[in-house]
Amino acid sequence: MAKAAAQKNSPSTGEKIPNTPQASKEDLLRFYREMVLIRRFEERAGQLYGMGLIGGFCHLYIGQEAVAVGVQESVKQGYDKIITGYRDHGHMLAAGMDPKEVMAELTGRIGGSSKGKGGSMHMFDVPTGFYGGHGIVGAQVALGTGLAFAGKYRGDDSVSFVYFGDGASNQGQVYESFNMAQLWKLPAIYIIENNQYAMGTSIERSSSTTELYQRGASFGIPGEQVDGMDVLAVRDAAARAVARARAGEGPYILEVKTYRYRGHSMSDPAKYRTKEEVDEVKKTRDPIDHLKMLLAAAKATEDELKAIDNEVKAVVAEAVQFAQESPEPDPSELYTDVYVEA
Amino acid sequence: MTDILMPALSPTMEEGTLTKWHIKAGDVVSAGQVIAEIETDKATMEVEAVDEGEVLEILVPEGAENVKVNTPIARLAGEDGAAAPAPKVEEAPKAEAKTEGAPADAPVKPKVELRDPEIPADAKLVKTTIRDALRDAMAEEMRRDEAVFLMGEEVAQYQGAYKVSRDLLQEFGDRRVVDTPITEHGFAGLGVGAAMAGLKPIVEFMTWNFGMQAIDHVINSAAKTLYMSGGQIRCPIVFRGPNGAAARVAAQHSQDYSAWYAQVPGLKVIAPYDAADAKGLLKAAIRDPNPVVFLEHEMMYGLEFDVPDVEDYVVPIGKAKVRREGTDVTITAHSRMVGFALQAAEKLAEEGVSVEVVDLRTLRPLDHETIVESVKKTNRLVSAEEGWGPMGVGAEVVARVIEHAFDYLDAPPLRVHQEDVPLPYAANLEALSLPGVDKIVAAVKKVMA
Repeated sequence: MAKAAAQKNSPSTGEKIPNTPQASKEDLLRFYREMVLIRRFEERAGQLYGMGLIGGFCHLYIGQEAVAVGVQESVKQGYDKIITGYRDHGHMLAAGMDPKEVMAELTGRIGGSSKGKGGSMHMFDVPTGFYGGHGIVGAQVALGTGLAFAGKYRGDDSVSFVYFGDGASNQGQVYESFNMAQLWKLPAIYIIENNQYAMGTSIERSSSTTELYQRGASFGIPGEQVDGMDVLAVRDAAARAVARARAGEGPYILEVKTYRYRGHSMSDPAKYRTKEEVDEVKKTRDPIDHLKMLLAAAKATEDELKAIDNEVKAVVAEAVQFAQESPEPDPSELYTDVYVEA
Repeated sequence: MTDILMPALSPTMEEGTLTKWHIKAGDVVSAGQVIAEIETDKATMEVEAVDEGEVLEILVPEGAENVKVNTPIARLAGEDGAAAPAPKVEEAPKAEAKTEGAPADAPVKPKVELRDPEIPADAKLVKTTIRDALRDAMAEEMRRDEAVFLMGEEVAQYQGAYKVSRDLLQEFGDRRVVDTPITEHGFAGLGVGAAMAGLKPIVEFMTWNFGMQAIDHVINSAAKTLYMSGGQIRCPIVFRGPNGAAARVAAQHSQDYSAWYAQVPGLKVIAPYDAADAKGLLKAAIRDPNPVVFLEHEMMYGLEFDVPDVEDYVVPIGKAKVRREGTDVTITAHSRMVGFALQAAEKLAEEGVSVEVVDLRTLRPLDHETIVESVKKTNRLVSAEEGWGPMGVGAEVVARVIEHAFDYLDAPPLRVHQEDVPLPYAANLEALSLPGVDKIVAAVKKVMA
């Protein structure tokens, strides 16, 4: 039973949310490409993990694609900052990082974005404004608040997009950060990707209040709940939050209701939820299926989608090939990047 | 008849200024009445009477400076002669004989003054407290670089819990001198994020004991990100504040984190002894493109030392300093223990033992060449640190000496450190627990035996 996930509409929290968000066919096709890229990339990552080519922890983003892709529409690439936790591949691809470098990082090769030293949970890319990729649950919230602080300190109107999950939303430093962000009116957008499960613990079992968009209320931070399976709803909610932040009105919380199809990590058999629950979401709320309906309404043709599918398939195949052919880091890399030479 | 004594405003206050008397001889005071105002370089406070009685005599006039704690400042004719001042002053006899290193922190003039090579020989030396040296370092670097800012609890309007940031708010404003909520984990993480975005934060922990709430960001976020990002993300940040035991504040407020942070690759760890190093090394730390843990000592903020009056005094990170030359035994120490080591050396010199004192100054990277060179000369080693012994700084120093100078050793090296217990509150037990001059002297005698 996907109680929360069965929610179809975005429950408004006072602010008027348009009922029928609009997008051009071109925009919809772009979202389609990005979301399909993430899904195909993650599926291949799962396969490579099973083949032993990816080690350690590997947290897949399948099911949550509409979140990163919808938010990215409000990001000024290379000017704004993006930060997230360990389920980060989707954010990196949405931010515009090279799939080859991301995949090669997963395989621990020199061609990876961190030269193979970071792995799945620790990737960074300054040109696209992507500041990680952080493995400690909740740490990215304080760090992302600091990215927002830096923007305000410099007097620009850049915004920090801070992603975390329903699990992290119970960490103390999240509230320390909320307090400072509102106190100093920092341009931080807190995007809580509520996929209903903190590893194996459902939100009902972990959280005294499950309406996470209200978690900033005691600090005076407004928030709203968003249907995270609808890329246009995410896009529009992010745009509203960003407009506020750029105008100097301070932080905002978006609780994005979403769902992860796979286990918490590759080693998670996901026995804490039923197959029926997962199947129900896949069948009725899949973000890519939803987008296909919008595309059909916008008169996109099967051929147009097929062309994108094929292009994405080629991009992912190229990434996989690169990730397997790129050599492991030279042993001399062991002692590089510990310190910046002054 | 009872004397009112000069009260202590803080665990570490030794003297203060009697700025104002609200009473005069012949007045009758009642309990709770404000009778005087006193001031230190850290704080101003009103003194209240805790008992009633007639003021017989004012013993210390208004405006008197450097009035030592516990000096009688006025005399009351109490009904039962039991009147005492407030805040209450500890008058219990302290186990003086056991108070290691007393007089605790008189700056020790080394027998051989070895200057850092970068100081011009004709540089004027200015008496400066460590507190002001640290402040000067921050102010100079903030003038030099717009990206440098200070954040922490009470750093701005209050002027610093220990007055290390005095006048910085006035000069730089509240954009660059930022009072934070009491939220170490949060503001340390915020500082690291700001550093990743290219700013150069100085994050002050009111003490490093409170910084333990933020240790995840110091280690997992600040120290490791350069490596995890394959060199892409820098974290030029300084975490600083008082470290180690203050006085009578017990276990949770008295801990030396030297060994904790010095174990972490990606961090640089500095623990200066005198004011010149405090200034020169803090300037170097702020300029360093890496995260730096800067360990100060609360008991030393008010001590004065010579600081060279040169344009831009920067002491290189990673270089130990021979504070005193000797031929019989090497003592390594850092932070406050350097003073105790120098005092021990004086005592031992009277007994004909020639001690070389190596001030480590930087714990990571550790300058083991200087240590090893010294031991090759003296053939004996005693390490001294304020923290616990097991897995400590001394353990590392000894291991490196054994690795690099084993054949030069004429005796097993010894470590001086705090007793292996949480620091007790009781004055006598606290004195027993902390290392000081006597323990260093005893250790030296043992390696000389």
